[in-house]
Amino acid sequence: MASELIRLSAGEARRLLDRREISAVELLDAHLAQIERVEPHIHAFITLTPEIARRQAEAADARIARGEGTLLTGIPIALKDNLCTVDAPTTAGSRILEGFRSPYDATVVARLRAQDAVFVGKANTDEFAMGSSTENSAYGPTRNPWDLERVPGGSSGGSAAAVAVGEAMLALGSDTGGSIRQPAGFCGIVGLKPTYGRVSRYGLIAFASSLDQIGPFGRTVEDVALLLQVIAGHDPADSTSVDLPVPDYRAALTGDIRGLRIGIPAEYRVPGMDPAVEEVIEEALRTLQELGAELVPVSLPHTEYALATYYIIAPSEASANLARYDGVKYGLSLPGETLLERYLRTRGEGFGPEVKRRIMLGTYALSAGYYDAYYVKAQKVRTLIKRDFDQAFERVDVIAAPTSPTVAFRLGERTADPLQMYLSDVFTIPANMAGLPAIAVPCGFAHGLPVSLQFMGRPFDEPTLLRVAHAYEQATPWHTMWPALAAQV
Amino acid sequence: MRLSREIVDHVAMLARLGLSEEERERMREQLSSILEHVSRIQELDTEAIPPTAQVITLQNIWREDEVRPSLPVEAVLANAPESDDGFFRVHAVLEQS
Repeated sequence: MASELIRLSAGEARRLLDRREISAVELLDAHLAQIERVEPHIHAFITLTPEIARRQAEAADARIARGEGTLLTGIPIALKDNLCTVDAPTTAGSRILEGFRSPYDATVVARLRAQDAVFVGKANTDEFAMGSSTENSAYGPTRNPWDLERVPGGSSGGSAAAVAVGEAMLALGSDTGGSIRQPAGFCGIVGLKPTYGRVSRYGLIAFASSLDQIGPFGRTVEDVALLLQVIAGHDPADSTSVDLPVPDYRAALTGDIRGLRIGIPAEYRVPGMDPAVEEVIEEALRTLQELGAELVPVSLPHTEYALATYYIIAPSEASANLARYDGVKYGLSLPGETLLERYLRTRGEGFGPEVKRRIMLGTYALSAGYYDAYYVKAQKVRTLIKRDFDQAFERVDVIAAPTSPTVAFRLGERTADPLQMYLSDVFTIPANMAGLPAIAVPCGFAHGLPVSLQFMGRPFDEPTLLRVAHAYEQATPWHTMWPALAAQV
Repeated sequence: MRLSREIVDHVAMLARLGLSEEERERMREQLSSILEHVSRIQELDTEAIPPTAQVITLQNIWREDEVRPSLPVEAVLANAPESDDGFFRVHAVLEQS
């Protein structure tokens, strides 16, 4: 029974909960049993919160009994550990936040709490969401449920792995350069980065403020739509959240994409692209055509500069955001003779290598004499990247591309060369630079590992992204496949 | 391009990062190769292009200047390594004259 319950989609669980055929406590117990079995192999969580989850599940059952259940009442969810929670530690994968207890909930967390959703734990992440593999977590790496020798992707690798292996039904992550879509792809599930401004970031530990966005993971497109429905919307506590009406996302799941114009950018064929991945993507595009969509060649000529632009802008913003970790207000504090010495020691020993690298890079790009050549120049190139998309979207409704150029790589394979690690985000970064919504959906296997197709859309046009991803999903078997580990143990 | 050791030391101090000798040398190598990659944007002509700081049309958000509840002082200070009488304690930065 337990294994059947964890295989439900959140949408199916919702219907069974509302009909009182299953209880939220039963659903939680099935997930806790799965966590007990697989977590020693996967390490998807920094902190597990079974006691909190049990209280929430009991409250959810009481609420459903009163006939007051809402979309996510009683649904087990994992939260990336850079989302602040009052009742569990929030580390952002960093030693510098060891022992930190947030005095407030992130807005997305508060919205889930208000529904009596069930929090199974705080999911592993690369330190401060900086990384593509979760190997930069100060609490040890997460492993890919499809192959324990491989990374789950990152930075939201814990969230993705937890959902892929049935430790949680849904998860929240954050995406600054691909940190939702790339791990969703590596773990064979669905991940959505909403439009910049669609979801409040109040209580998300800041990395790069002009790029960061919170978004949902699920095993089906409907599940991702459900979670987006609850977290989307304006929040006075985040001035960058936009006051636009939130559409009914599930209403977009019509299954009909006849006549939809899908742009295929010529520039998304890069050196280093795995031919086996490319073949799977080609096959997925043929399926879209068979479903009645029209494939239209488009050009995004500044794509090749997106990665370089990102690695100036994101570290620059990070170097400013991470100045707050000073050993005075919270977190790690190492003694020194002077205040300066305290700063140097606390930050020198509290941050890991990748975070230090990016703080150095950003501080350099913003420093006197280099500011115009790097930071301002990158902001201008960002304009060019955005214009490419504006022009393409005059001719097409969505743009399709691979989520990543390869399948999940091996642990340790790219840790020695930061630039190689950065290249795994080459297809996901442009959507962040332009603030566009983008979804990653499973589209097959190469070398026995999941391959993922990405759709990018117009600002605030999540409905079209969900519609095309859902139509593709329903025409293919990929969302029904589970890693062997989910069942074998 | 290869960063000089002086630049690495200078930037580390600006960023208030205490780095070991070994870290400084590794940083010099790695930052040099990353900077070499990102410098490719220099080949684009952006003379007439305005910079983009963020992508949505944002306007100033105003509200009435009213006193509203804030986070409880005790809850915030509970995270402080050192606090005193409702304040964060900080090492003195000014010398007594």
